[in-house]
Amino acid sequence: MAEKKKKIIKTIKVDLDKCNGCRACEVICSAFHAEPKYSSNNPARSRIRMIRHPLRDIYVPVYAGEYTSAECMGRDKYIIDGKEYDECGFCRASCPSRDAFKEPDSGLPLKCDMCEDLPEGEKPLCVQWCLNDALIYEEREEEVEEDVKVEDVEIGLASLIDKYGRDKVIDIMARMAEKTKPAA
Amino acid sequence: MRYGDTGYNLEIDLTRGNVERVETDPKLTELHLGGLGTNAKLLWDRVPPETDPFAPEIPLMFSSGLLCGTPAPGANRTIITAYSPQTLLMGYSMMGGFWAPELKHAGYDKVIFRGKSPDLVYIWINNDKVEIRDASHLRGKGAVETAEIIKEELKEPNAQVAAIGLAGENRVYTASIEQGRSSASRLGLGAVMGDKGIKAIAVRGTKDIYIAKPAEFIELCNEVLKYIQYRNENPVPNVMTILQGLGSPQEMLHVDEKWHTENFMWGNSRVRRKDFWNKQIEDRWREVQLDVRKRLISCYNCPMKCGAIISVPGLSTYMMKCFSKLTYTMAAFVDDLDFGFKIAQRATEYGVDGFSTPQIMAFAFELWEAGILTDADFEGCPSDSEGKFYWLLDRIVRREGIGDILADGTYWAAKKIGKGAEDFAHNNIKKHEQLPLKLGMLNPVYFLMYATGEKINITQIEGQFPQSPFATMEERQEFISDWIQAPDEKFKQIVLDWEFRGERSNPYFPTVDMSVDIVDWQEKMHYIDDALGVCAGLSSFPLKPPYHIHNYPKIISATTGMDLDEAGLTQIYNRNRNLIRAINVRRGLRRIDENPPEDHWKRRFPELEEKLLDAYYKFKGWNNDGIPTKETLQALDLGYIAEDLEKRGIYDEEPSVKKASA
Repeated sequence: MAEKKKKIIKTIKVDLDKCNGCRACEVICSAFHAEPKYSSNNPARSRIRMIRHPLRDIYVPVYAGEYTSAECMGRDKYIIDGKEYDECGFCRASCPSRDAFKEPDSGLPLKCDMCEDLPEGEKPLCVQWCLNDALIYEEREEEVEEDVKVEDVEIGLASLIDKYGRDKVIDIMARMAEKTKPAA
Repeated sequence: MRYGDTGYNLEIDLTRGNVERVETDPKLTELHLGGLGTNAKLLWDRVPPETDPFAPEIPLMFSSGLLCGTPAPGANRTIITAYSPQTLLMGYSMMGGFWAPELKHAGYDKVIFRGKSPDLVYIWINNDKVEIRDASHLRGKGAVETAEIIKEELKEPNAQVAAIGLAGENRVYTASIEQGRSSASRLGLGAVMGDKGIKAIAVRGTKDIYIAKPAEFIELCNEVLKYIQYRNENPVPNVMTILQGLGSPQEMLHVDEKWHTENFMWGNSRVRRKDFWNKQIEDRWREVQLDVRKRLISCYNCPMKCGAIISVPGLSTYMMKCFSKLTYTMAAFVDDLDFGFKIAQRATEYGVDGFSTPQIMAFAFELWEAGILTDADFEGCPSDSEGKFYWLLDRIVRREGIGDILADGTYWAAKKIGKGAEDFAHNNIKKHEQLPLKLGMLNPVYFLMYATGEKINITQIEGQFPQSPFATMEERQEFISDWIQAPDEKFKQIVLDWEFRGERSNPYFPTVDMSVDIVDWQEKMHYIDDALGVCAGLSSFPLKPPYHIHNYPKIISATTGMDLDEAGLTQIYNRNRNLIRAINVRRGLRRIDENPPEDHWKRRFPELEEKLLDAYYKFKGWNNDGIPTKETLQALDLGYIAEDLEKRGIYDEEPSVKKASA
């Protein structure tokens, strides 16, 4: 059993009523996570995604959550305030049933990291760039069990194994390791 | 690697059904930036000036601007260019929304169409994959409806679709191109799109856009955003409400329309109703607007909320912006705003310009009343104000009966109708309908902008200089105290000296030279915006905007890696300004055409107006007929244009206007 620890939980409260659908959150998220920072941008790589249906007045910003290898059994519908939403419209998972929260070229899963390498005290970039206050940053202290943090590379590899099978990934890894071997 | 732009255009030959991805010359970006600038260059290069706006070889260009798709706030404009079937001059119309950034992410700066498709088609651009698809099932469909059907059939809810409605299919000269919450409405480019057989262009892109100097760039973007926030919290004091903030006039937000309804003209830009607004109307109009308005919405990467989702019970939902809620209402003399939201729904689906179209209809009913058009022309037309407008709108977009003549706009319709109808087409410049605004005293700055603007639409020419003087010295001091946007201290002095009455008031103050300086600044900012794809609402249009001549060179340099300062950017502006002027000169534009509507101001000053034009042309390095001189063109690397104008004998022509003093 992992040890209980006090931890700051970072959350973003999403006020759907205030969203104006401009997608600045997607723009700045993808720019911040570019290598080097801000050297490129591409909403398709963003870890926040606007689910937008303007004519149905549906504006839902969703943050990328955990990677999941399986899609849901049923995909339910919700009717809120007379408007029908697909369950996917609120879901944070990078999953096989849709393109959201996957790198467009590699298909690797994306996950919101609250812009963790920002200097202490700075709010995540999407919150900073949302001048309409649809995204509100909050911190609270909680006692949690400390998990072993899984590295991004491991999550990525796990998703590749799910998609292509264990053997194929091992084969390719071995071949690439050979190719990139430092000269003796 | 290219920074800012993608370095590729998509060239689509509709006659042959051929699609090519063509690498562009980076030198053109250095010379013209992009957007409007490079569109103009292509238009000059590709077709001779005699070409008919509906000729197959006409290039119809959908361009992003240089900054579109980067994180620069508000860089989302699509600049559409061809020749206007209405003015016969270069027609460029722009729209915000989400289309241009998506095109950049798909890997292209522009889509350039030539030829004509034998059948109605739509284009599907999905990154590297481009298809010309059958659109016969979309014939006659509304513009908004079309976009929804296409997204559905492509199973791509994230595609951005620019579409025409029935008006564009029928080559109505006021046909718009609709997209997102925006539209490119002016100058009839929807008709050119329809003529080419293109119902819609759908785009989806998932590629990166690169920035040359990321750290500098993002700091500049953050400053822009901070300034937007500051301006939203600090409206400019001592000016009218609609001039206080950023963005386009906040017509979807504000419900108080006392100013527009009492100062703009009703009908065919004729009647001012000075005591229209009262408590009863205010209550009713507020109720109507709040009831149909579902949400205030933005364009791509912009915090302003200039548009709205409008849902009128019983009608399909659409998006609206700016002033069109009032143009139909006021043109039809209907006192209930409910009509404005209802007819705008139909007009948006048809895809027509919300400025020109209501005026054309009001013009037609005036002609009927005057006996110039007859009962036979209006057979079956209902007698009530609302019904009449619906009926005529349907005729115009279908080009049925009198609607066929009216579909060409007031200038051409009046010519065809004759019998004195020309006098009723009284609100045009260069054959294009203007805002329904009639004023008392000539304002020299506005005279010049109206007369000489190549956009032929004042809201996309005017800008950051106050429209009228401040009442007190304290107010003037306050205005200039944080006016960081002014290019030069001399503009602040003009504001300090400008009075309502006496020697230093309109029309003789700002003086001729000051007026020219002011106009040059306003124009400069619009030309830069239109090349960069930045919305005028954050730059050239409002007072004290976040983008201005002092930060633009830094932003462009950080984006592209170019080494640009204010002088360099001004040089590019002058190059683009002269290039567009030369295109229009080659199409026949002369001084005689630079003439605001006779009745735009009650008090006109012919001698002063002549002096203003003389001085403006001189400042620009143009001859007295408004034609850029050889020396001017050569100094802007446009020697090839000077040669062409010379070869055509344009420099040897008699002046278009005989001067009284000559």
